[in-house]
Amino acid sequence: MTGGMSGLGDMDELYEAIILDHYRSPRNTATVEEPDIDLEVNNPFCGDEFHIQLKVDDDSVSQVGITGRGCAISQASASLLAELVKGKSASEVESAVDAVRRLLKGEEITHAEADILGDIEALGGVRKFPVRIKCALLSWVGLGDALQDHLAK
Amino acid sequence: MSDSTSTARSRVFDVDAIRADFPILKRKVNGQDLVYLDNAASSQKPSHVIQSLVDYYEQTNSNVHRGVHTLSIEATDAYEMARTKVATFINAPRSEEVIWTRNTSESLNLVAATWAEANVAEGDNIVITAMEHHSNIVPWQQLAFKKGAELRYLSHNDDGVIDLAGAGSVIDSRTKLVSATHMSNVLGTINPIAELAAMAHEVGAVILVDAAQSVPHMPVDVQALDADFLCFSAHKMLGPTGIGVLWGRYELLDAMPPYMFGGDMILEVTYEDANWNDLPYKFEAGTPNIADAIATGAAVDYLSELGMDNVWKHEQELTAYAMEQILSMGNVKVLGPQDPALRGGVISFIHDTIHPHDLGTALDQQGIAIRTGHHCAMPLVRSFDVVAAARASFYIYNTKSEVDALVNGISETEGYFSR
Ligand SMILES: Cc1ncc(COP(=O)(O)O)c(C=O)c1O
Repeated sequence: MTGGMSGLGDMDELYEAIILDHYRSPRNTATVEEPDIDLEVNNPFCGDEFHIQLKVDDDSVSQVGITGRGCAISQASASLLAELVKGKSASEVESAVDAVRRLLKGEEITHAEADILGDIEALGGVRKFPVRIKCALLSWVGLGDALQDHLAK
Repeated sequence: MSDSTSTARSRVFDVDAIRADFPILKRKVNGQDLVYLDNAASSQKPSHVIQSLVDYYEQTNSNVHRGVHTLSIEATDAYEMARTKVATFINAPRSEEVIWTRNTSESLNLVAATWAEANVAEGDNIVITAMEHHSNIVPWQQLAFKKGAELRYLSHNDDGVIDLAGAGSVIDSRTKLVSATHMSNVLGTINPIAELAAMAHEVGAVILVDAAQSVPHMPVDVQALDADFLCFSAHKMLGPTGIGVLWGRYELLDAMPPYMFGGDMILEVTYEDANWNDLPYKFEAGTPNIADAIATGAAVDYLSELGMDNVWKHEQELTAYAMEQILSMGNVKVLGPQDPALRGGVISFIHDTIHPHDLGTALDQQGIAIRTGHHCAMPLVRSFDVVAAARASFYIYNTKSEVDALVNGISETEGYFSR
């Protein structure tokens, strides 16, 4: 086991075990047929790109598929997002997106929000690596915007 | 202490002695010794250059070309002396052909907005390579849109070597400008500028050389290249940020309309009209970047003392060593020429499993600074079917043990991600 002691400094704070796990085996990567939300997000700064698809039935997310390429942080973040949104109502997803934004910016989140986010709290490690916050936010911001558009329809 | 009138002395190329001239190399990053391998983005500065800025502001500071007082005369002399040093450095026939700009990007924009604005018409074409920095793509794209001209690309093979034979059918009688990077900031390829210049001149076109990556690292002679315009930035060659150079052939510059209007660039102004000052002042409207021009002269002195042949030789050796070490890892692909003799000290690479950003962060934790991302050459990086690459780039103060630190750092990172 390398890491903290080996000259890799604060790496463990950024790459918690749960992040590496989602990076290596991303969840919910299957294509969604006839998605209600279908969007591409990309970060022109680093070229990372993800394809996010959601199916919304009775106001809750019934299916989700996310594929793409990017660094460990953006991939793990996308996978965690996919796991979270399944079964959630649009407004629950919106609140979660908002909580994640605040978490990554280093702002307070409530205990209730922490419970909802669960493993996602591990993404908070990027706060020590400000240039990587964008990687963690990529899929969340895109989804937040797309959901608002969808609700407005 | 800066001696702005010193002519180039020579000095033995001793990396330890060179390192001692760069204060920043003593600092720690994340608790580790700094290993600075992002020189293609911007180089570090020796005390000699930093001190020339301090000396200027402490001893000479005033405006140029307008006062009869001592400080203004001294500032003007130092400013013009720096121009002469740059002219000598690139073997320009006349120092009035050296125009100070903010950086390579501004130099390129200047040519696009003046020379090309006046000389490119509908149906004409501009030829660039497929390995240009965004700074040498976008100005021509915009000009082509505006004029109804065509922007054409010279292709390269999988090793990033320009297809010269194919260039004959791209450059034609409607070509007005060929603009090519002398050395690619992504692939490290050194392009055959003299050959491209001959092809351009054959059809009556002019050739512009983006020398942002070559002038800092190798001997560059504008006459031997038979170039018409050549651009570079001081910050990549030991000089300060905020200053760059456009060199152009006298007749071309003389015939070009001004880029910006204002003080210093006029000879005479009436309420009705104005006429333009001589070269180079026609292109230097307003109070110029005096201090940084003088410090650029100091940077040129420093490089001249080392000798650009020696600088190039040092980087060639380091590059050959680094290519060998990096390729022997087995799971890392290097973009661009695989033969170190065909390239400069810029090595962009892609690891089989580790994304460049994760690698960049992990190396930074070990004090190693590399560049990650698209390197301002999105179309080129995408053509390798990746969205980002990692890049290590060398300069006079880098050593083989720093290359070892890089390779070791990549191995450590592999270990980390395969826990
Ligand atoms: C080949 C090349 N051209 C142009 C530029 C732009 O230089 P600057 O940002 O100093 O204008 C760079 C710098 O990255 C470069 O490498």
